[in-house]
Amino acid sequence: MKWIPQKREKNKESMTEKRRFKGGEIPTSSMADIAFLLLIFFLVTTTIDMDKGLGMVLPAEGEEIEISKKNILNCLINSSGNVLLGGEGIEVRNLSKTVRQKLAENEKLVISVKAHKAATYKDYVAVIDQLKRANATRISIAESN
Amino acid sequence: MKLKRKTKLKSEIPTASMPDIIFMLLIFFMVTTVLREYSGLPISLPKAKRIEKLKSKRHTSHIWVSKDGLISIEDKLYASDGIRHVMYEKRVADPQLVVSLKADERAKMGLISAIHSELRKADALKLNYSTKTAVD
Repeated sequence: MKWIPQKREKNKESMTEKRRFKGGEIPTSSMADIAFLLLIFFLVTTTIDMDKGLGMVLPAEGEEIEISKKNILNCLINSSGNVLLGGEGIEVRNLSKTVRQKLAENEKLVISVKAHKAATYKDYVAVIDQLKRANATRISIAESN
Repeated sequence: MKLKRKTKLKSEIPTASMPDIIFMLLIFFMVTTVLREYSGLPISLPKAKRIEKLKSKRHTSHIWVSKDGLISIEDKLYASDGIRHVMYEKRVADPQLVVSLKADERAKMGLISAIHSELRKADALKLNYSTKTAVD
């Protein structure tokens, strides 16, 4: 290539012209898109895991109330998940119906749930759930020994 | 005869304030998102139907019980007779404390009743058996 000095001088002129400040701007047209992306990221990664479960209030330590025997309904769970209600074997799914009937007969009834050491937590929760379905509010958890 | 509209109607949704709206939403989500603090133990929760929601996360403390009998509180493993000290401290710090028991459905009841008596000793009496919703 040949060197053309005239052209260079021309270029120099135009450069001095360009140096004049034109005012800078940040492009804001894509701002919405960026914000949308962030929003979608947070929407997707947010997991609203509501904690839910069966509520229970334990009796305070040393707080033992004597209950007359006729107001107690024993509910025993053995290690293989069988349930004994008041001395009679019963299916877990029929528990709420029976308990409801018994509660209708005696309002002061306290249901004492006693589980075997080797019984699974699943069976226990199933029983508590059934009692809650029968609207039993007085549930006592006996210590398994 | 066709009539020509003299003034062209400009119909455009103003997009200038769009980023502001989106940012507002974004900030709302960022603020309300509670990141999980503790990972807990791998468990499969039992199912129940008569469930209630826990009112606030702030007053809830979790105890994880795995099927092998491991007890974890805030990602630390405890023996069953060590729970009372931890829970007592928590209970003193927050009188509204609700303990959420996240136990595996195959956990043994012997351990669960041990936790019951520990919680009674720690005076943390509000208990919630964490369950999944049963469908039937």
